[in-house]
Amino acid sequence: MEKYSIGIDIGSTSAKTVVVDENKRIIFTDLQPTGWSSIETAEGIRKLLAEKGFDPAGAAKVIATGYGRISVPYATKTVTEISCHGKGAVQLFGKNNLTVIDIGGQDTKVISVVDGSVRDFLMNDKCSAGTGRFLEVMANSLGVSLPTLCDMAEQGGGVKISSMCTVFAESEVISLIGKGESRENIAYAVVASIIEKVVSQVGRLQGASTNYCLTGGLCDMEYIRASLEKALGFPVVTCPDARFAGALGAAIR
Amino acid sequence: MSYELPAAFEEFAAGRQSGFLRVKERKEQGGKVAGTFCAFTPVELLDAAGFLAASLCGMSNETIPIAETELPKNICPLVKSSYGFYLSDKCPYTYFADLIVGETTCDAKKKMYEMLGKGKNVYTLHLPQGIKAPYAKEQWISELHRFHDYLEEAFGVTITDDDLRKAAERRNEFRAARARMLNLLSADVPPVSGTELYAFLDGLGFVFDLDEAIKKVNDLADEMSKHVSDKVTPGGKRILVTGCPIGGVYKKAVGAIEANGANVVCYENCGGIKPLRNSVDLSNPDIYDALAEYYLHIGCSVMTPNEERLKMYPELFKEFKVDAVLDLDLQACHTYIIEGYTIKQLCKDYGVPYMQLETDYSEADAGQISTRIAAFLETLED
Ligand code: SF4
Ligand code: SF4
Repeated sequence: MEKYSIGIDIGSTSAKTVVVDENKRIIFTDLQPTGWSSIETAEGIRKLLAEKGFDPAGAAKVIATGYGRISVPYATKTVTEISCHGKGAVQLFGKNNLTVIDIGGQDTKVISVVDGSVRDFLMNDKCSAGTGRFLEVMANSLGVSLPTLCDMAEQGGGVKISSMCTVFAESEVISLIGKGESRENIAYAVVASIIEKVVSQVGRLQGASTNYCLTGGLCDMEYIRASLEKALGFPVVTCPDARFAGALGAAIR
Repeated sequence: MSYELPAAFEEFAAGRQSGFLRVKERKEQGGKVAGTFCAFTPVELLDAAGFLAASLCGMSNETIPIAETELPKNICPLVKSSYGFYLSDKCPYTYFADLIVGETTCDAKKKMYEMLGKGKNVYTLHLPQGIKAPYAKEQWISELHRFHDYLEEAFGVTITDDDLRKAAERRNEFRAARARMLNLLSADVPPVSGTELYAFLDGLGFVFDLDEAIKKVNDLADEMSKHVSDKVTPGGKRILVTGCPIGGVYKKAVGAIEANGANVVCYENCGGIKPLRNSVDLSNPDIYDALAEYYLHIGCSVMTPNEERLKMYPELFKEFKVDAVLDLDLQACHTYIIEGYTIKQLCKDYGVPYMQLETDYSEADAGQISTRIAAFLETLED
């Protein structure tokens, strides 16, 4: 059997695994919720990989990334998600100069890749403003799922949420509901607020390329991609495998 | 072979804890204790007046909750922690202080001094906010005179110009000895890790016998310069740490730098090299003028403009063979956080990678801080 390499990205909400062959081609992917114990998740992934014929013990290397990277005892090395998302995006989108936008569960990262290497990056602060969690909490307040929130947002407009803080924004949403504002308009405001936060983060990256790409869990939310594109004034590309960018970057490092 | 740090080094590093007993003893013998907060404090006047000076800068998260019963949450943790030590009587130095000396530096501190003044004897010197104005030095000189008069009157002491000159001479020697210790980090493989050295520097804030300390610190520098530490990663990236006072956050941040195979080789902060690049000019016939000159040239971000700080970097980059700069700032310290942009531009001009981190004394962001530092170090390797 050919030599394969494994990248495991244990994020705050989901764990992504990618196996690549010697030519860095993706030959296996897996996505599962992280659950409450990243150690157990890592063990589950190990068993799954072994079942599928990619036993970590036989891999050329096993690189773990993401906030749970230290919970993967069989990893040969750990690398931060910043470097991995950069490397993964370069391979996925075939460009050496990129600005990667990764809206994750707990944090949002913007990464500037120049000549194939991470040059600069920014992460949001401790709080969940501008992250996937923010969208989730707001979707919950509206009693809908994330995809539905995006569909609704497309129909809405004209309303603005001023607070960036998840807790305050949630009460703003609740009071908007109380005032009888349409759910479409509220959904619109929720998405607009996260886009605004991300765009301002991108603005603080120095010398960043205008080749924007969206990686991470929101890559199949077309409305988010389109809104980013509109706000940035440049095309934003993504692809179905973009949620695996971190794991892919780990596997090919 | 592993090199064990000399016992005297460890004694200084434990100064914050052990100093308490020494202060208590001296207090019982009728000694006077002054609490200080800042590199701008003209300690020469305190020395000449016979005070033991101890640093009161709060470095612990423990006293922040009680501080927040009176202070807002969203201000600098150093200010909150210091005030919390006062409210809770948990800091023996604050408790024993016969006098607390403040300066008009940042807004948070200025206002905290007012609040401290309700329960403690606080004297606040009015520091000019820059050195450009022609009257800036005049103002600081007259503030030093005013402080002199206050000390004489309030504590029944006499401070002659000669006393001050002697104090300045001794402080110059102490500053030079501290600088020598910091310069140990310029070696390819230093005899001490960044974390260990910061603990040592912190302990020097609780030195009460200057002559003895000067000798011991110089001896340490001589002895240690012959060795290499096994806590330092040979060939690791060389990081200059700059920004706010970091006594409350260095374990978290410098620890993460070292855990990821890089080394801190220079502390630019006021607890590090910032106030040690110059000394009081003893050839100046007017000792007040000489003191004013020295203090006003400390490159702290409360000054505007703060050219003195910018001047230091190119020299430090060379002397310490710096690979990258980590600007470690405390939450809500506006002057340092904003000045970070200027430092970032300067670093860019010199081709030195730069990252700014904002943090507080809690452990809540320890994971994030370590990820950011690790990622920053990875970008240096690429
Ligand atoms: S940072 Fe500036 S104001 Fe704060 S203690 Fe140091 S010298 Fe004083
Ligand atoms: S760190 Fe900044 S905000 Fe805090 S006391 Fe010092 S100058 Fe003031």
